Amino acid sequence: MSGFNKIINTDFINSLLKISSSTNKEMVSDLLKKEQWNLSDFPALISPAASEYIEELARISHNITKQRFGNTMQMYIPLYISNFCDNTCLYCGFNVQNTTKRKRLSKEEILKEAVHINEKGFKHILILTGESNEKADSNYIREAIKIIKPHFSSISLEIQPLSTDKYAGLIKEGADSLTIYQETYHKKTYEKYHLSGKKKSFNNRIASTDYAGQAGFYRINIGALLGLYDWRFEALALAHHLNYLIKKYWKIKFSVSLPRIQKISTSFNVPFKVTDLDITQFICAFRLVFPDTGITLSTREPAELRNSLIKIGVTTLSAESHTSPGTYSGQVNNGKEQFSVSDHRRLEQINACLIQNGYDMVMKDWDRSFQS
Amino acid sequence: MFTTMNNRDQLIIAGKKFKSRLFLGTGKFQSSGIMIQAIEAAESEIVTTAVRRIDLKNPQDSFIKNIDPRKYLFLPNTSGARNAEEAVRVAKIARASGVSNWIKLEVTPDPNYLLPCPVETLAAAKELVKLNFVVLPYINADPVLAKHLEETGCATVMPLASPIGSNRGIKTKEMINIIIEMSNIPVVVDAGLGCPSHAAEVMEAGADAVLVNTAIATAKNPVLYAEAFKLAVESGRKAFLAGIPGVHNKASASSPLTGFLQK
Repeated sequence: MSGFNKIINTDFINSLLKISSSTNKEMVSDLLKKEQWNLSDFPALISPAASEYIEELARISHNITKQRFGNTMQMYIPLYISNFCDNTCLYCGFNVQNTTKRKRLSKEEILKEAVHINEKGFKHILILTGESNEKADSNYIREAIKIIKPHFSSISLEIQPLSTDKYAGLIKEGADSLTIYQETYHKKTYEKYHLSGKKKSFNNRIASTDYAGQAGFYRINIGALLGLYDWRFEALALAHHLNYLIKKYWKIKFSVSLPRIQKISTSFNVPFKVTDLDITQFICAFRLVFPDTGITLSTREPAELRNSLIKIGVTTLSAESHTSPGTYSGQVNNGKEQFSVSDHRRLEQINACLIQNGYDMVMKDWDRSFQS
Repeated sequence: MFTTMNNRDQLIIAGKKFKSRLFLGTGKFQSSGIMIQAIEAAESEIVTTAVRRIDLKNPQDSFIKNIDPRKYLFLPNTSGARNAEEAVRVAKIARASGVSNWIKLEVTPDPNYLLPCPVETLAAAKELVKLNFVVLPYINADPVLAKHLEETGCATVMPLASPIGSNRGIKTKEMINIIIEMSNIPVVVDAGLGCPSHAAEVMEAGADAVLVNTAIATAKNPVLYAEAFKLAVESGRKAFLAGIPGVHNKASASSPLTGFLQK
């Protein structure tokens, strides 16, 4: 079974889940005596039994992260440029069924936003759009990159899935990184929450990471939206997806995110609650098995939790985020938010916290000269 | 006599003389203040930083601002480059900004172990030498590649002791010994040195210098650890210059058994 088929095979992931649930404390205790861990250890590391060893896991995770990433924390800021969307994803504020006002930034508005957030000191930017063929196609995104490029060292994209050629065109224009989440790796659950639009197809969604890999992004960030299904299932599938991608696209730096569903204005009851302990164990398991993989934590999570998790394995943080288009420079404030932000601290406040914990805030870790 | 000899013992790279044989990398430190203190404690004279971390347009950039070019040779590196083309482009940007025409060439297509690509490194080195850069290439401990790079006109070779950032020590010892034996240019052992004894060991073996970053930056007390590395490098160098006595497996009789033959 190839790496790709393993990820999309629910039975295979379920069989790993069984290994996880039958792991006992003794097995975990033995496992933690090792010096290096691999993918076959993953089910035990995320097991309920291992959650009782969370302090030990966190200490190991902390040490590995310090060694591999040093005393640094990479910062970025998201920039939403359009919230038009063709998809019906029941948990998302951009859901096409939501009748609230939509906004797509013009070139001038994008520039204003870029200049404004650049002045705050950010050098790494993540451009986001809803998935609309008409309003946020690759031409619109290319234009946005062109405008933003002179102001930032690194440009990441979180946009609708595209073909390899279209991704390659955006890299050529100046994008270096891509974020794309599978949302859930559990096919039946996926189909339950993605009712219409291009995103309806589970397999197409998964294949888009391959298109991105073939296109040659420098960095790709993958993840699952935690809360739609059993987090342990998602963690196992994500680990296998990551392993498959690392081996196949060996020149690309992969990282993972673990966004938890946050409140949106339309009521959506989170079907699988994911606790702070779960998130912590998730991070530790990834750090032990993938010591060089970056882990991103967004402002979806509250300040207090972020302050704790930076010490455990997180390597990249967003800050000062707004999740509706045009709000940084105060041009518009009527666009729909994708989700609500929990950590509202200013960059300086986050920096103060990082310094207190012995971390150096890194604003720039890429250079346009790599690409042109 | 020994001290006098030691004072004359200098590292010469591309015609430039250095007293220190300990290069320092600047990544992973918890603050630029501690980084500077560590560099001072190490008494390093050559300091390397990734171009991708420097904001070349900004004179207030923490690296540009803190690393005094009168005290240190600022050695920009191409970390992050996946191929020769990217590495050459990054080197040109660094030089154009006036930072330095020295370049630590790093071409690492694999982003996790950051192992250097021999094919692309050699291609980039050729191009950069042609463009009059002083080229210090980071390589796997491959003696044949080291000779090719020397013939290309590189100023040093910088073989790895073990994967970068791993602190695992000298896993490539046999090959490093051959590189040292065969090289006509300085050999700077780079990557993987986790503790001062590792540095002492390669210096005893005749390496011309070492480069350390992760071990010092992530130590509990980076400044003290930097000083410890400085002492180890000096100690290893002095031992090498003194001539290390051979190691014998068996006891040797102090009175020769064949003394009667001399009679």
